Amino acid sequence: MCATCGCGGKDGVTITNLETGAQERAAGSQQSASSHGASEPHSHGDGHPAHSHAHDHHHHNHDHDHGHGHDHHHDHDHDHPHQATPVGALAAMHAVSVDLERAILAKNDAVAERNRAWFDGREILALNLVSSPGAGKTSLLERTIRDLGTEMPMFVIEGDQQTLNDAQRIKAAGAPAVQVNTGTGCHLEADMVRRGLDALRPAFGSVVMIENVGNLVCPALFDLGERAKVVVLSVTEGEDKPHKYPHMFRAAELMILSKIDLCPHVDFDIERCEAMAREVNPDIRSIRLSTRSGEGLGAWYDWLRAARGRLAQDAAQ
Amino acid sequence: MHEMGITQSIVAIVEEQAAGRKVTRVTLEIGKLAAIMPDAIRFCFDVVAQGGALDGATLDIIEVPGRARCLDCGAEVALVEVFSRCGCGSNRLERLTGEELNIKSMEVEEI
Repeated sequence: MCATCGCGGKDGVTITNLETGAQERAAGSQQSASSHGASEPHSHGDGHPAHSHAHDHHHHNHDHDHGHGHDHHHDHDHDHPHQATPVGALAAMHAVSVDLERAILAKNDAVAERNRAWFDGREILALNLVSSPGAGKTSLLERTIRDLGTEMPMFVIEGDQQTLNDAQRIKAAGAPAVQVNTGTGCHLEADMVRRGLDALRPAFGSVVMIENVGNLVCPALFDLGERAKVVVLSVTEGEDKPHKYPHMFRAAELMILSKIDLCPHVDFDIERCEAMAREVNPDIRSIRLSTRSGEGLGAWYDWLRAARGRLAQDAAQ
Repeated sequence: MHEMGITQSIVAIVEEQAAGRKVTRVTLEIGKLAAIMPDAIRFCFDVVAQGGALDGATLDIIEVPGRARCLDCGAEVALVEVFSRCGCGSNRLERLTGEELNIKSMEVEEI
């Protein structure tokens, strides 16, 4: 599918490795063909070499399709002989219904599952951090890297439409980072993460933080292969966001209420916000913290330790 | 807003399965809780389908209502909203339907 919500193809996606400075443009690479295919065939009007991409992509697709093992392949096979029958028969055109029963997001989900297996095989805890822009995801990561960097190696994939700013901040905080610029895209997709991982090469047993594009809508739909989604909500926002964006709060395992040092200056009702979040998602955990004052960070760090512990346990079994 | 990307994905999958044949009808199944607006998909569909195998195809969308089972009392309840409560007061609901995002079938012209 297309990385963009509403326009363009994935041509605008750039992945920058902050360690080496190497940049990869999505459009030209072979790898991109597997994920791009969905949108490429539609860029007829742009004069892109859509057909060559599309062909690469078909091969990939077939691989995916077999994994799903649906019956429609039989239809597909049967159909070829029909097409091969001489047109001279002059048979009238008639419509034939073909069952597809296929998930629209299957392509993304298949790549996400591969990412998940990749993480599991390396005992890596992968978290997908989501929030609106400006909730404090990057600040939280900077502080976490400084405080826990020696205890648990951390690697970061930064998603933003433009600029290397966040990845540079992460690098300055002491963790290897890769910046994924989605161009016009409003969320990360599983294949962008996979390509980010190719550049990042996170270590065995490390923590991979995937900072999604600031957006509480689409990132809820796209599985990246993470172990859990963590939604960050700052007290300078509306406390009713769990109700306004229920899909995201439903998909998240943990809600972090950030910037609580500002509570005396804002009208944010923390209890009410947490109650709303639980209404949407009874199992959601909430941690209140401030990266500025340090209050509450211990609970977040304990949550990370526990999540790593569970991962190690699963791996041992 | 993400419906354009979703629609591109739908058209790509169907075109691939059609393998060069002309597609006259596509039937989708979209759950009412799937965070996808059927009207937006319809709006995008004609634009995205233009010039390809799906040009002029009819788009049928089956909207699947949300249903859930209450984990506390076991009752089956209708879900109109993303979050809801069972008659017993519990909000621990296991979703049964309503999150579908599937291409059900297509109609292709055969010679």
